[in-house]
Amino acid sequence: MEVLLGVDGTDGSLRALDRVTERVAATGDELTVAIADGGGETDLEARVREAVDRADLDATVRRLDGDLGSALVNVAESEGFDRLVVGGGERSPMGKIELSQETQFVLLNAETSVTLVR
Amino acid sequence: MSRVYPDEVAREFERPPFTFTDDNGREIAIRTYGGSVPDGNERHEQGSNGDEASESDGEGRQPAEDNGGIEFETLVEMYVAFDPADRAQGIPPARESGIREWLETVLDGGCDVLAWHENDCVGHATLVPDGENAYELAIFVTSEYQRAGIGSQLMEGLLGHGQTRGAAGVWLTVERWNDVAMALYRKFGFETSNTDSFELEMSLRLQ
Repeated sequence: MEVLLGVDGTDGSLRALDRVTERVAATGDELTVAIADGGGETDLEARVREAVDRADLDATVRRLDGDLGSALVNVAESEGFDRLVVGGGERSPMGKIELSQETQFVLLNAETSVTLVR
Repeated sequence: MSRVYPDEVAREFERPPFTFTDDNGREIAIRTYGGSVPDGNERHEQGSNGDEASESDGEGRQPAEDNGGIEFETLVEMYVAFDPADRAQGIPPARESGIREWLETVLDGGCDVLAWHENDCVGHATLVPDGENAYELAIFVTSEYQRAGIGSQLMEGLLGHGQTRGAAGVWLTVERWNDVAMALYRKFGFETSNTDSFELEMSLRLQ
């Protein structure tokens, strides 16, 4: 299975990064990590490569321009990915799960199946 | 990210403890958490004036381990029996271990009001500091006690307690389909402050 993981640097997305790289190491799926942080922070890319290396994966790491939600949906569809994975939301001070606008966009607009990582 | 609050300051709310008869004829007491542990039918009524200052200075607030843990355990019991259909945005957590962990975080905020019917805790409302000088609000009433006016009295008591404690900005998020909850919040002066997310955000200026 070809898996596309979106990472924007939020805690939820980093949690998803660690879980997915671990999981893919076990399943042998093909992973592409798409980084979209708007500003081009090299820190985030280093963090992604570190997770990929730790799991000893041969994953593709690439940058997406613009809004993470729509960019992810476009790439997943135009390049025929089987599964889109994004972080499953942040917690408010109260502990309520809050889905970001990007996650909402992905859930409502993706034709590809989506996995939210808690 | 700065939140938007209504221009107008909300009215003065009644401060707990107080009691009322709900729409089903049940005697309900609204009390702050940590301020009074129910024993039998005796109510720990305090003067409505004069002791508020001391209460806001921590007298009415103790760690969850105090009170022999009775109040805490009663609250845990309420949430363990909570109807899963009444959960909102992942809270309260489903399992008891999750409930205990979550409650410790919430109660640590120090602004909690409970609704009691005899020795049962039937509702809980809380303000949790958001680290930006404001508070996030949540309110829970167990299913057998819903639609009896308890939520309104809990809100009244919580906002009154919040005013005692000097809380200024209060906000919450609510699922867009939850008309009952939104009507309750609007009744207390909450206004929509953010519509960008999955959930609607509403806010209130307490003082």
